[in-house]
Amino acid sequence: MEFEPVIGLEIHAQLKTKSKIFCSCSTEFGAPPNTHVCPVCLGMPGVLPVLNKKVVDFALRIAVAIGCRIAETSRFARKNYFYPDLPKGYQISQYELPIAEFGQIEIDVEGTRKKIGITRIHMEEDAGKLNHDPNRPLSHVDLNRTGVPLIEIVSEPDLRSPEEAGAYLRKLRSILRYLEICDGNMEEGSFRCDANISLRPKGREELGTRAELKNLNSFKHVEKAIQYEIRRQQAVLEEGGEVIQETRLWSPDSGKTNSMRGKEEAHDYRYFPDPDLLPLVIDDEWIQKVKEELPELPDDKTERFVEQYKLPVSDAERLTSARELAEYFEECLKTFPEPRPVCNWITGTLLGLLNAQGKTIEDSPVSAENLGGLLKLVQEDVISGKIAKTVFDEMAVSGKPAKQIVEEKGLIQVTDVSAIEEVVLKVLESSPKEVEAFKNGKKKLMGFFVGQIMKETRGKANPKIVNELLRKKLEG
Amino acid sequence: MKLHELTIHEAHELLKQKKISSSELTKAVLDQIEAVDEKVGAYISIFEENAMKQAGEADKAISRGEIQPLTGIPMAIKDLICTKGLRTTCASKILENFIPPYDATVMKKLNKAGAVTVGKVNMDEFAMGSSTENSGLKLTCNPWDLARIPGGSSGGSAASVAADMCIGSLGSDTGGSIRQPASHCGVVGMKPTYGRVSRYGLVAFASSLDQIGPLAKDVTDGALILNTISGYDPSDSTSVPEDVPDFTAFLKKDLKGITVGLPKEYHSSEGLHPDVAASIKNAVNTIQSLGAELVEISLPHTRYAVAAYYVIAPCEASSNLARYDGVRYGFRDKDSNDLIQMYRNAKSKGFGTEVQRRIILGTYALSAGYYDAYYGKASQVRTLIMEDFKNAFQTCDVLLSPVTPSPAFKIGENADDPLTMYLSDIFTLSANLAGIPGISVPCGFSENGLPIGLQLMGRHFNEEMLIKVAYNFEQATDFHKKKPNL
Repeated sequence: MEFEPVIGLEIHAQLKTKSKIFCSCSTEFGAPPNTHVCPVCLGMPGVLPVLNKKVVDFALRIAVAIGCRIAETSRFARKNYFYPDLPKGYQISQYELPIAEFGQIEIDVEGTRKKIGITRIHMEEDAGKLNHDPNRPLSHVDLNRTGVPLIEIVSEPDLRSPEEAGAYLRKLRSILRYLEICDGNMEEGSFRCDANISLRPKGREELGTRAELKNLNSFKHVEKAIQYEIRRQQAVLEEGGEVIQETRLWSPDSGKTNSMRGKEEAHDYRYFPDPDLLPLVIDDEWIQKVKEELPELPDDKTERFVEQYKLPVSDAERLTSARELAEYFEECLKTFPEPRPVCNWITGTLLGLLNAQGKTIEDSPVSAENLGGLLKLVQEDVISGKIAKTVFDEMAVSGKPAKQIVEEKGLIQVTDVSAIEEVVLKVLESSPKEVEAFKNGKKKLMGFFVGQIMKETRGKANPKIVNELLRKKLEG
Repeated sequence: MKLHELTIHEAHELLKQKKISSSELTKAVLDQIEAVDEKVGAYISIFEENAMKQAGEADKAISRGEIQPLTGIPMAIKDLICTKGLRTTCASKILENFIPPYDATVMKKLNKAGAVTVGKVNMDEFAMGSSTENSGLKLTCNPWDLARIPGGSSGGSAASVAADMCIGSLGSDTGGSIRQPASHCGVVGMKPTYGRVSRYGLVAFASSLDQIGPLAKDVTDGALILNTISGYDPSDSTSVPEDVPDFTAFLKKDLKGITVGLPKEYHSSEGLHPDVAASIKNAVNTIQSLGAELVEISLPHTRYAVAAYYVIAPCEASSNLARYDGVRYGFRDKDSNDLIQMYRNAKSKGFGTEVQRRIILGTYALSAGYYDAYYGKASQVRTLIMEDFKNAFQTCDVLLSPVTPSPAFKIGENADDPLTMYLSDIFTLSANLAGIPGISVPCGFSENGLPIGLQLMGRHFNEEMLIKVAYNFEQATDFHKKKPNL
């Protein structure tokens, strides 16, 4: 029997507000343990939460961006459970009345566009962190992260393959980063993903029993874990067994998922509305303001790049995959307004360099202005395309503008016909056999002569002039 | 002149005229504590040194001409209001040694007003109880009869005011915890409108019901304290940005044109002690003679109030008290070998029986599958009770009722019967469910000399009406002038 995987993702995205969701402590990552804490986020007796409006603003950005219906009135609720990293013994979250519902995100997989439904977005506070002493039976509690704002984005079970899940995840991350509300770092935990997976016989409407996967802390692992889980469930079903509703933990080391807790052991969180916080009322004016301040999103930008710059869709998508990359591209165009070569240089040479160095576009050693400057020199025949690559490599090291490098290294192209002619004659004189062969029809030797001339001029001879002169001397 | 017997307004006049100093007044109060608290047991902590220092500062401020109504006034604070650097126990073993690094907003306001914090007073553990017998730390006796309970949960506040061991006090009221002990101890106690006074720094019992308020020797003092502690607080999202009037402006003798409603469900209650019934009847007559109009009204959902309250309050409590886990502060049992045992020991050894009972009740009621039947239903009842009051206040300005069905009972009398204890809150807890203000003023004594209180309830943010009616009643009677014989 052929089975169809049904996948839904729950994303927790840390919001990049300066202060926590219910107090004014800093959200900065990496501070010494328990230094970004106050009585409120420590859950001291008698303290009260006060909602950070910026968090609502950030949640609204993503909600509006993916077309959600915004709740006029939403509520915070308490999710009750005991753990040492949860100071109050409950997490303030949203339950029955989330801030937003019913959105959608479009993904492209193998050239096909697909709409993935968004069930809901809600706001909540993060918990702290436990650091377990590897040598002693001792755990240290660090509450710096306690109260850092999160949004949970729950998708509909609309994904059908690990690739679709990966595409959805990347698209969502890109949108969050475009909106400047989350830095999307899976390894540091600012962007976390749980996956719900079930299988059903192909063609059947009814959903199978699902397992929830946790600990998926990189894009690669999300796809791998889902792949594994699909195979696991398929094997169970093919042997006539039943998939159990449970939470499973992905182990990157073994490449397997293992049962963490079953349905019976599932927590009863005893949700109820938090009496310390008033219902959150969002009026049209607020939503309108968020709408107006929304930046151009990846899909719109791609469309515009294709339209405005006449780029192929695949190139446009590549450039808009990160907001910073798209901005770099457009910045380059200010100095050198030729979209195609700029695009080629960025997607080819520059991204190649950045990948090799493990850098992102934000810390590119070559500024957009300088890259534009380099291309301008080529266009103006100051340097050849070949020399340009050498100059680029130098720019990547020193960060200097192309013009300066060209001048310092004497790389300016020789366009003086008489100077080049001198070299041409010299090369032809020293290669009588090749000249003979050429004249007898071995036209491929043209490349040999050009190469020799370039070698003599250290690449600085204008190739167009070289070609013209050669042709004149050999054929004329 | 016995300084500790002064009211706030009397002491204020003398301080202003520099006839007495705050240091003398504070010393007199400390001496009174020394003399009688061994018998009454109101105080958990006495901050003698700190109090004398604050009194000294108040005297300096007064000498500079900077005097506010509470400047230099020695106050007793219920021990679940956080006091920076001063032990705050909630009368619980679990917080026996807890010293908050912050002040409750009301404490900031009292300090700014120049009040003197004499000490922290006893209560039912985490404010759960009606007799102060549930204190995890000590027993408090009724100054009028040491064999009897002072009421609760603000029993220490009421007893310390009644026994002149402070000039005024702050308590908190979740289901009657200010009004009921005020009634049992013959003092004035007021629960303001929910949202009138900031809850920041008030250790939560049931967040949607808790409210801080004054316990005082007369209505004027109550108004003065309320003036100081009221107002919107950005640190408490449930405090309300309503203008705070000068409550003392309503201390005027005039009840003409005021309609007083008598809820029939409260007055015909079975089990109403005859002495209470008699006192209330007299009080009604007095109020009528002062020019108020009387109408009988109905609050039809009253009979569901106790049930709704004892679902909502424990539900919220079960969550509010989860934080006492021994991880960051508070009691941690050293003989715990793993996390679960550490939690279990902290809670079962740190909390008393009644607190554990309510945590279990609330945990059960919030559990999956029971939520709608309990919390959901109770919330609906709460809405109906609010509607009852809203309807009643369309025809009357205040509602008049007893505070408690009977005068203070004997210590231990109801200790094994939580249900009877819960039912004794029947007249007070509706005001908490509805969020409306209520006041208790002395209105008589039982045959065996125990104080009896009269309750007035008013519209949201209409404390001034309660103050006005209570003041008129008080001025026409002299129950508030009687002192217990210690």
